[in-house]
Amino acid sequence: MVVGDAVGRERDSGIPHIDYQRMNFSQPQTPPSFNDLHFSPSISKMELALNNSNKFLSKIATNDGHGENSPYFDGWKAYDTNPYHPQNNPTGVIQMGLAENKLCFDLIQEWIEKHPEASICTPEGGFDFKEIAIFQDYHGLPMFRAAIANFMSRVRGNHVRFDPDRIVMSGGATGAHETVAFCLANPGEAFLVPTPYYPGFDRDLRWRTGVQLLPVVCGSWNNFEVSLGALEEAYEKAKESNIKVKGLLITNPSNPLGTFFDKETLKTLVSFINEKNIHLICDEIYAGTVTKDNEFISIAEILEEFPTICNQNLIHIVYSLSKDMGFPGFRIGIIYSYNDTVVSIARKMSSFGLVSTQTQHMIATMLSDDDFVENFIHESRKRLAHRHDSFTRDLAQVGIASLQSNAGLFFWMDLRRFLKEPTFDAEMTFWRVIINEIKLNVSPGSSFHCSEPGWFRVCFANMDDETVTVALRRIKSFVLKNKLIEIKTKSKKQCWQNNLHLKLSSRRLEDIMSPHSPLNSPLLRAQT
Amino acid sequence: MAIEIVQPSVGLSKIAVSETHGEDSPYFAGWKAYDENPYDEVHNPTGVIQMGLAENQVSFDLLEEYLEANLEASNWGQKVSGFRENALFQDYHGLQTFRKAMASFMEQVRGGKAKFNPDRVVLTAGATAANELLTFILADPGDALLVPTPYYPGFDRDLRWRTGVQIVPIHCESSNNFQITPEALEAAYDHARSMNIKVRGVLITNPSNPLGATIQRKVLEEILDFVTRKNIHLVSDEIYSGSAFYADEFVSIAEVLESRDYTESERCHIVYSLSKDLGLPGFRVGTVYSYNDQVVTTARRMSSFTLISSQTQFLLASMLSDKEFTQKYIKINRERLKKRYEMIINGLRKAGIECLKGNAGLFCWMNLSPYLEDATVKSEIAIWKTIMHEVRLNISPGSSCHCSEPGWFRVCFANMSEETLEVALSRIHDFIERRKQVVCIQ
Repeated sequence: MVVGDAVGRERDSGIPHIDYQRMNFSQPQTPPSFNDLHFSPSISKMELALNNSNKFLSKIATNDGHGENSPYFDGWKAYDTNPYHPQNNPTGVIQMGLAENKLCFDLIQEWIEKHPEASICTPEGGFDFKEIAIFQDYHGLPMFRAAIANFMSRVRGNHVRFDPDRIVMSGGATGAHETVAFCLANPGEAFLVPTPYYPGFDRDLRWRTGVQLLPVVCGSWNNFEVSLGALEEAYEKAKESNIKVKGLLITNPSNPLGTFFDKETLKTLVSFINEKNIHLICDEIYAGTVTKDNEFISIAEILEEFPTICNQNLIHIVYSLSKDMGFPGFRIGIIYSYNDTVVSIARKMSSFGLVSTQTQHMIATMLSDDDFVENFIHESRKRLAHRHDSFTRDLAQVGIASLQSNAGLFFWMDLRRFLKEPTFDAEMTFWRVIINEIKLNVSPGSSFHCSEPGWFRVCFANMDDETVTVALRRIKSFVLKNKLIEIKTKSKKQCWQNNLHLKLSSRRLEDIMSPHSPLNSPLLRAQT
Repeated sequence: MAIEIVQPSVGLSKIAVSETHGEDSPYFAGWKAYDENPYDEVHNPTGVIQMGLAENQVSFDLLEEYLEANLEASNWGQKVSGFRENALFQDYHGLQTFRKAMASFMEQVRGGKAKFNPDRVVLTAGATAANELLTFILADPGDALLVPTPYYPGFDRDLRWRTGVQIVPIHCESSNNFQITPEALEAAYDHARSMNIKVRGVLITNPSNPLGATIQRKVLEEILDFVTRKNIHLVSDEIYSGSAFYADEFVSIAEVLESRDYTESERCHIVYSLSKDLGLPGFRVGTVYSYNDQVVTTARRMSSFTLISSQTQFLLASMLSDKEFTQKYIKINRERLKKRYEMIINGLRKAGIECLKGNAGLFCWMNLSPYLEDATVKSEIAIWKTIMHEVRLNISPGSSCHCSEPGWFRVCFANMSEETLEVALSRIHDFIERRKQVVCIQ
């Protein structure tokens, strides 16, 4: 009998369901407190019981370093038991916790149909079948590496060239991160990571490697930018705790923020790591989702423009086709390192997660088609921008603010004023409201180790236009309803100070009374 | 000679700077000779013939025939959404159709003598990943797995490199055809304990690489009893199960467990792959099949680091679900491998070389100990170098497989055409003849 599990997911699409018997959905996991953002694997009660009866497996197997006990995955249950469908289930939960890019499959499908030679299973491509099927060289097909280098360059507006000989394969970016961690750090050593960050890092960088992640705390006070002060503070804190820091991991563009670093900040980061003689790992998995042409700056460009800014042996890029092209199923992860030894070692380690040569062949053919690639990148940006803008516009109408962004497949939404109090408990409570009443699955900021409660990541590129309309409608009507309740309660408060069910924080009061508040909308005025 | 000053790597991990990746083993040195001067029937008939690569190239025509006849099934059909759904599918449970097809294929390879539950099939990118993953789950750093010698050199990397787990050898000897004995098991276990190393399991390869022979049922029973007594795990790497020349000579641990009503099965795990039986190493298709629920769940989670491309899952799901095709393939593949084996054994015998009596795999275990200057690894390596540079054949020395007796070599026969095999055999024949003459003269 297999322990119950159902549909699983990967990367931001969601890591698999937690075992329903084990997870008690009505009781939230203890959200991280401000002071406890440094996570180390612990053991849940259920697993402890299993352990005792079966001290049979390794520590890695029996701790919860797999990360599936994070609240990040609880929303899946609600979605999977009641998924939205326009005809069959129009009141179901809409999935907005899944950072997938579904906007450009028509372009790809069209290309596939025109190029049967890309598949080794067609008459046109079949003569390659045997060669491809027996090729297991961990260098990868040369044309695959060349095509990836070419694509990476074009995604960055051709501002920089990539050397195909530095392209190393891995099992998705998931595999890439783990491999880089194995190469750079020993068990117990640490990487610094700016918060909020992608929850999968807790597993990818720590689970089997024994490496730690230490937060570089960022917050809304400065738009979640990574400041030198925060970096220094995190570094010092590690030193005080006798933890050796081996590197800094940044995601650029950021998940969950949807922002990217400007040149000055990148230079600051590079100078910082160079001064400390630690590595810099740049996850550029969302490089192609930047909505404005020619604005994204890759770390590769910094190195090219300022060749003496740092010891290049410290710089490593992680990339993948899962987001930019929407191919998470094909497991195309890339490590690109400026350090020859790391290239060599990572390549040996890639034996544990090579890309299927069938897939290498198809991707190589597709990405060698320069016309297709240029058109795809351009069109994808356009569609993402359009989707992004329609959301921001509609949300602004009801006074929902998000962090200003121009990349990624999601928004970092500011829902602080909907919390009863500025705590993570309140965030979880409100999150359940979002799932159960508004019927949207979004990701609570606490699961991204955000230091401030009230932020939520909301994905927008994994649905069609009709679903977008429905989602926006639901959000708007909830906000308007909520404002009405607040107004009524406010007037009650003046009469019945002691009978409040809703406590208004003073900040919320200011929000309500601000000139930007939807309370100023003619619609509401008419109703009060 | 100038002294090379090696700069220390900028803050890399111990794993990165260790040599446990194993590529400095002689197993890989032969590659260099081959890569620099590869044999080609037409363009380079005096080049090095690659006999160190356990690949199965004898049955590709059957696969190609299948693909030609089943275009739609392998190319997402005509549906626009077919590609999209496949490209987005990243569920670590894997395509259900594919898991079912794998379970069914594994059953067919065992002639229906064991049943496999698709829900216990965990998918990984190759057996390389499967073995490493299982090791992470079954043992802590510093612990050991017992592995019978001689064994596949890749284990040194797969089981040890990033896991920090050790391999303690179970010594097997030619006197009883390298079979695993209860005494050898106990001796290995005791040896580990004497070094204060905790033993977590036994890992066997059945059919064996490099021996090219199946493990007898009686021996499997003894191994199962041993791991039960010691309360440790048993991993059975059955990657060559479809390469047993006679279906009834291969007994899977699954059959033994079934006959015992699955008592003590929670300590058993099977590794499989399509790299050898189907000859598809490039596609990276491996599986962990465990009778232990917790291992299945954990292995599935870990497979996130090493999932099989959904494109490949889709193709193979349709291929392996076609029972008519798979039955035919399995049968014909066995016959062709058997024929190759007989060809090489007879050819070697004519040259005066004996091999271990084998009945499976893509290689034979050749005995050159009569031709060694003395019974040492040094002499083994010397003759190996001669074979590489004079005879121009790349074969694998037993020492790289941790064989405790020098003079044995693994020689692959399924990764070339019959014509090339003939050329290789005649070269060996001439080589031995030349040596005899030299001996006579002396």
